[in-house]
Amino acid sequence: MNDILPFLKELITAPGLSGNETPVSEIIQKEWQPLVDELSISRLGSLHGLRRGTLNSPRPAIMLATHMDAIGLMITGTQNGFLRFTDVGGVDPRVLPGQQVWIHASGPKATPHSPLPGWVVQPSAALLPEELDNKAIPMEYFFIDTGLAPEKVKQLIQVGDIASFAQVPLELNGETIAGHSLDNRAAVAALTICLQGLQSSQHGWDIWAVATVQEEEGLIGAYTSAFQIRPSLAIVIDTTWAKGPGTDDWNTFPLTKGPTLMWGPNIHPKLHMSFKELADKIEIPYAVEITGRHSGTDAFATQVVAEGIPTMAIGIPIRYMHTPVEMVALKDIQRTGRLLAGFIASLTEDYINSIALDS
Amino acid sequence: MANSTTLDKKQTTLLEKLCQAMALSGDEGEVRSIILEEIRSYVTDFKVDTLGNLLAFKKGTSKKPLKVMLAAHMDEIGFMIAADDGDGLFRFETSGGIDLRQLPGKAVIVGKEHIPGVIGARPIHLTTSSDRRDKISLEKLRIDIGPGSNKIKPGDRAAFATRFQRAGTSMIGKALDDRLGVAVLIEILQQAPANIDLQVAFTVQEETGLRGAKVAAYFFNPDLAFVVDSTPANDLPVWDDEDNTSYNCHLGAGPAIYIADGATLSDPRLIRLLVETCKKEGIPYQFRQPGGGGTDAGAIHKQRAGIPSVSISIPGRYAHTAAGMARISDFNNTISLLKATLQSIPLDILTQERK
Repeated sequence: MNDILPFLKELITAPGLSGNETPVSEIIQKEWQPLVDELSISRLGSLHGLRRGTLNSPRPAIMLATHMDAIGLMITGTQNGFLRFTDVGGVDPRVLPGQQVWIHASGPKATPHSPLPGWVVQPSAALLPEELDNKAIPMEYFFIDTGLAPEKVKQLIQVGDIASFAQVPLELNGETIAGHSLDNRAAVAALTICLQGLQSSQHGWDIWAVATVQEEEGLIGAYTSAFQIRPSLAIVIDTTWAKGPGTDDWNTFPLTKGPTLMWGPNIHPKLHMSFKELADKIEIPYAVEITGRHSGTDAFATQVVAEGIPTMAIGIPIRYMHTPVEMVALKDIQRTGRLLAGFIASLTEDYINSIALDS
Repeated sequence: MANSTTLDKKQTTLLEKLCQAMALSGDEGEVRSIILEEIRSYVTDFKVDTLGNLLAFKKGTSKKPLKVMLAAHMDEIGFMIAADDGDGLFRFETSGGIDLRQLPGKAVIVGKEHIPGVIGARPIHLTTSSDRRDKISLEKLRIDIGPGSNKIKPGDRAAFATRFQRAGTSMIGKALDDRLGVAVLIEILQQAPANIDLQVAFTVQEETGLRGAKVAAYFFNPDLAFVVDSTPANDLPVWDDEDNTSYNCHLGAGPAIYIADGATLSDPRLIRLLVETCKKEGIPYQFRQPGGGGTDAGAIHKQRAGIPSVSISIPGRYAHTAAGMARISDFNNTISLLKATLQSIPLDILTQERK
């Protein structure tokens, strides 16, 4: 369980922007292969791992969903060898100048699977509109500079090519890790810890470990995978906002103090209570995260799939979300994995009946 | 040699070491020791002065040689830890001219041990579109090294964590300004021309006001001086597609020779010498657009009774950011130009007409 670090680092080194998740999916497949009975890929690219339960068929099934897609950039045009771009997912342009990216070049002379380095650059003041003096620079004024000659750029890169963040993983103090795409690869790591934990135990229910696609662009993978699997319960694991510089409101949670258990209309109230009781029982620290409307996670999708699925959402606090230097505490990932495994172990055959809203 | 777009292994290793070292103004020791290791066996004499300048001397063989000073600054822009907020978070101050818009979302190194950290930003979800119109002020930024450490303290220096890289015919790194100049002077010292007395100053505190060069020039008391720096290449398209008339200089167009900047009017005889050498040797060159800014020449040319000076710069895009960019050809051509110039510098240059 302490050995999740190499896998996590591999996850946050990989690209895998929304709609283009294959590079990260392949890494997850390799890790999950020995941990599940069956591995398949949905029509839209979500990864479905099944561990069969011991109950007689038809068995209840639980879906554990973590999105694997990442935010990043996409090339929209070239100008004299410099690239213009837009964002995939939500990127605050203020974190971009000076950032290295990998351009997944697909132009006529590009070598497949060998991304080119590029750097997001902010032109000097004399080249920008005067009203932007000393203001934040909107994304449309930035370029990506590859250091290559304009004719080379033309041969290698085309409109629509993806640029993923190149920030390498950093091991910081207090067993924290910084890097890009910890949202939501930290949760993928937690789910993997859960699957590892299940190796040595029996469980009655079928377990579907799912790495969803396109969360950042509309929870697409969560809707479609939940429909295909039609689980009895859906647990969504995503990241949430950690307390940090300038981020200290009621909707932020301390790093290293455990996951959040989300609560609100997006969450099945009795399922929430089960998690809370379990966390207390097995002494996993947590915070209750109030989400007034949309939980901001795949849970918003799974809850309303088909005739509705009882849904719970768990948050792993990270600092600096949606920047290339997101930061997470390993401890919080491990606790989340343990909590999930504990919940699965606690599931009885008629658990679903026990959380009926009229009971 | 002219127009060469390749870096040999030795050059690459040296530039990597120089650019990844941290040497903020007033704390240049890390770069100084890299230089010292490179030049020790080539110089006649050297000393480290009271400000930290590394002053190296290579005696020529001729009877009454010209004393020629070369200068490149060792220091770089960066950050200074100002206060410990606890929980691994530190407030900081900038050192040298940095656009605050370059800071959020970057990895940094802190202190002598290069402890890794990050400068984060509020999640986009917790900002409004009007928040995002304003730059993030320094008061809101923290260097975060992770909780539970007392490994760093106020006063420690920090810098961007960028690794030196090559891409095509370009080099990318932090502090290319002025480690490129430092690397040029190391190479000149290692193959010093015999016709002159070479006085090479690796200076401190250029970024905080040319302070090292001032005392270095006093100590050397040279006949004339060449400063090697890196000047911004603002050769990008203009937002409204107008002609770019304030490009300063272009990447790939050769060494940028200074006629006038905010601090120095270059000596016309030295400008002429450089241009003639370029023409004779077939080395491409460009004039840096006259304007603001300055190099160590600003301090050197008015030291003592006056020291005729000129600056040559390797054009660099995105100076004072996490990722600067320069062309290998410009670097190599600067070495070629300086070598050829020093070898052919006439003894009577200072009695020539200024015109």
